[in-house]
Amino acid sequence: MDILSRAHERGETLDLQAFIDQIPYTRFLNIKVDRKGSEITTILKFHHELIGNPSLPALHGGAIGAFLETTAIIQLAYEISSGKLPKPVDITIDYLRSGRPVDTYARARINKQGRRVANVHVEAWQEDRFKPIAAAHGHFLLTPPDEG
Amino acid sequence: MTDNKAAARNLALMRMKEALIEHVPHARAIGMTVVDVRRGQAWLMVPYDAKLVGNPDTGVIHGGVITTLLDNASGAAVQLALPERQAIATLDLRIDYMKPATPGEDLHCHAHCYKLTRNIAFVRGVAYHKDPADPIATSVGTFMLAANRAEVMPVEIDKILGKEAQ
Repeated sequence: MDILSRAHERGETLDLQAFIDQIPYTRFLNIKVDRKGSEITTILKFHHELIGNPSLPALHGGAIGAFLETTAIIQLAYEISSGKLPKPVDITIDYLRSGRPVDTYARARINKQGRRVANVHVEAWQEDRFKPIAAAHGHFLLTPPDEG
Repeated sequence: MTDNKAAARNLALMRMKEALIEHVPHARAIGMTVVDVRRGQAWLMVPYDAKLVGNPDTGVIHGGVITTLLDNASGAAVQLALPERQAIATLDLRIDYMKPATPGEDLHCHAHCYKLTRNIAFVRGVAYHKDPADPIATSVGTFMLAANRAEVMPVEIDKILGKEAQ
């Protein structure tokens, strides 16, 4: 993506909101980014189309998974400026509580960064930071060999 | 008569397919449909749509769409394995991404609930375009059966305030 390679080449801080606003699917999910210094919190703004179980009601597990994956990618794009979009290799999502129909927040931590692959942990919560609704860990390819 | 029976069965199947996702707003929002069902197995699909793209340079669908499809198909496979309808909750889901989805092509998925215990269901899934043997992603998931609406709050209120009204 141009915005990634531009920030990389010029050594500039990546505008994270502008970055994810270029991705149609994260726009559809309605994900916002709040960066305070090096601390990044993503926000999944609640809207009806995120519901997976209307009788509870609860957010769709897939939407939560997608939000966690996006949070990991944003953290990687910010911390590891390679100019490329990181690609997921695998992700394991633990569903801890049902996601209520309100805004959801998430933060990611890079556990290990290698030359080609990074291990990332992500946690999502709603009102209470210490009662996560889901957590995930996954591996991401930083510079896919087939794309140079 | 045989024709009538076949027609009735087709109608029942159609209703079941609709029932599996018609009340799931997120599944509808991404255009998901149930292609086929069998005992403990479900085939679902999501048509290619520009709004689901994860990489605007290549037009490749976002991994999150594949997660949603596999999660939903896995849940449907569990429902189809159970003797009667009950609430289920995903405990965990692991997804391995084998290759990027091809831009412009529909996403298909097959999930199989291969083991049920009293409390837990075990499910495998695969996402592909045309051939399940050439996967885009595979998944393993576990589901809690008879998940009780996750209403933990009253229990905590009991703990904090005691069981009797003050």
